[in-house]
Amino acid sequence: MTTTATTTESTPDAQVPNYNPKSESAGAKRAKSTLFHIVALALTAVVLYPGLWMIASSFKPNAEIGGTNTSLWSNNFSFDNFVTAMEGIGGVSTLTFFTNSLILAVGAVVGTVLSASVSAYAFARIKFPGRSIFFGMMIATLLLPFHVVIIPQYIVFQQLGLIDTYVPLLIGKFLAADAFFVFLMVQFMRNLPGELDEAARIDGAGHVRIFTSIMLPLMKPALISTSIFSFIWSWNDFLGPLLYLNTPDKYPLPLALRLFVDQTQSSDYGAMIAMSVLALLPVLIFFLVFQRYIVEGVSTQGLKG
Amino acid sequence: MTQSPTLSRRSAPSASPLPRKSRQRGADARAGYTFLLPWLLGFIALTLGPMISSLYLSFTNYNLFDPPKWIGLDNYTTMFQDERFLQSVGVTVGYVVFGTPLKLAAALAVAMLLNSARKGQGFYRSAFYAPSLIGASVSIAIVWKAMFGDSGPVDQGLSLFGINIGGWVGNPSMTMPMFILLTVWQFGAPMVIFLAGLKQIPADLYEAASMDGAGPVRKFFNITWPMLSPVVFFNLLMETIHAFQIFSSAYIISNGEGGPAGSTLFYTLYLYLRGFSDFRMGYASAMAWLLLIVVGILTLVIFKTSKGWVHYSGDAK
Repeated sequence: MTTTATTTESTPDAQVPNYNPKSESAGAKRAKSTLFHIVALALTAVVLYPGLWMIASSFKPNAEIGGTNTSLWSNNFSFDNFVTAMEGIGGVSTLTFFTNSLILAVGAVVGTVLSASVSAYAFARIKFPGRSIFFGMMIATLLLPFHVVIIPQYIVFQQLGLIDTYVPLLIGKFLAADAFFVFLMVQFMRNLPGELDEAARIDGAGHVRIFTSIMLPLMKPALISTSIFSFIWSWNDFLGPLLYLNTPDKYPLPLALRLFVDQTQSSDYGAMIAMSVLALLPVLIFFLVFQRYIVEGVSTQGLKG
Repeated sequence: MTQSPTLSRRSAPSASPLPRKSRQRGADARAGYTFLLPWLLGFIALTLGPMISSLYLSFTNYNLFDPPKWIGLDNYTTMFQDERFLQSVGVTVGYVVFGTPLKLAAALAVAMLLNSARKGQGFYRSAFYAPSLIGASVSIAIVWKAMFGDSGPVDQGLSLFGINIGGWVGNPSMTMPMFILLTVWQFGAPMVIFLAGLKQIPADLYEAASMDGAGPVRKFFNITWPMLSPVVFFNLLMETIHAFQIFSSAYIISNGEGGPAGSTLFYTLYLYLRGFSDFRMGYASAMAWLLLIVVGILTLVIFKTSKGWVHYSGDAK
């Protein structure tokens, strides 16, 4: 382990030819470790500052956000901004926006988990003609800019009279349109031993049985990361609702926030930031609770944030 | 989760070990297509069909209300006389060219720093990753706008050091650095992937190099970089494609207008405005296809050049 320390160019004593890293004195080790923590903590402060500033500002009176506002502290912390933010906008309570976001996010999770797991099973565990062609196409959609599909999709949903409903926002989730999750599950299933299905087959189990009683229970980690990420992506989604929703009482939080910004522009800064905090709250809670899963999911599957 | 380490993520589709009796074939084909049905339906209805129709629409004039009128390549040729379009290309290319390498460099540097630590690595990794999860949200766009606005904390912080540039949001020459900072701030996602890649590099390689008296620079270029190159390749590809598609932050920070002076008129924002504000859906489709072609070529270039610099070690799956 000591040797990996020298890979960092910034390590001070790495310049010295070091023939036997294990002979490093305890003092040098401690110095190195202290330096590491100083650098890393400074970086943490910079990285977390915008978040902390947002949270601090949401408790400050308007006058102070516009004043000496590099400081995170204030003597006038209060919940006033949150009270205003909860009142909502355009005659719709913020609670309604929360509910809408929740409906969309839960719908996205259910749809994605169902459709992606079933499709991934076909890719990973069943041999059928055309499989590798379809697999290639699925990978290609990972790289496809979504712009080439949004206009015709909009036109079709408009002709079907589905504008201002949640159908356009959810149907893709039930049809495994987020290829990333299919890919993730395919990769996961491929790493499960093939003897499992073989044994089940000898016992006379069909694909439905194998899928539901062998694969699904074993896939729990992949299902959990899929749920977490599809929840967060849906929760933060802005373009979809912007395109398809017109009436404020159907708005999820990101769209409500935009409405809030449009209507109160600079007049109630505090409430705007308080509402931003509220909109991020579930994501932050998710992150704190599931951070292991989230970070591990990213490092093993290369999931985007 | 312990499956598929990053280095072996791109295994070939046919690589799955599936010993299977051939008499099962018919039943398997039926089962295969049944299980694939959700994805297949979605692929045809939501991807392939729309792609073909947007290609068709790109050769027409279409405003959503009157039937599309065939105009050949007009959309594509007028694009290059459209100043707003050219501006959006400039803005987006600037963002991709400067933002992506900076973000990846930050990600790699921090990953290497963290990889050297014994204690606290998990904490820092999570803390640095957090912005990636929320960076593209409307909330963060609002916060960014507030922080970089007139007499916002950034302006005030800089003036402590005697730098007085005022608000970045209203200054056309400062909006790009602001967006680049926003993307660099989200270095955590590629960093986590780099870190996973760094952990795959056998420690004895570095030990052997140390024995031979190699310094940190030589170790980086002769061990770290080649061993990590598949991960660099993956991150570069994903981050580049991702960067072309920036939308929400640009929309929120510029109130959906791309200002000031068009300095935040990102390609996707202009496409959105043309398609869904001006209802010039033919033109917007042409823009979408041009983007697809450019991203496609870029992907190809990254793939082709990768043969020269990406090193796949023999034992990788």
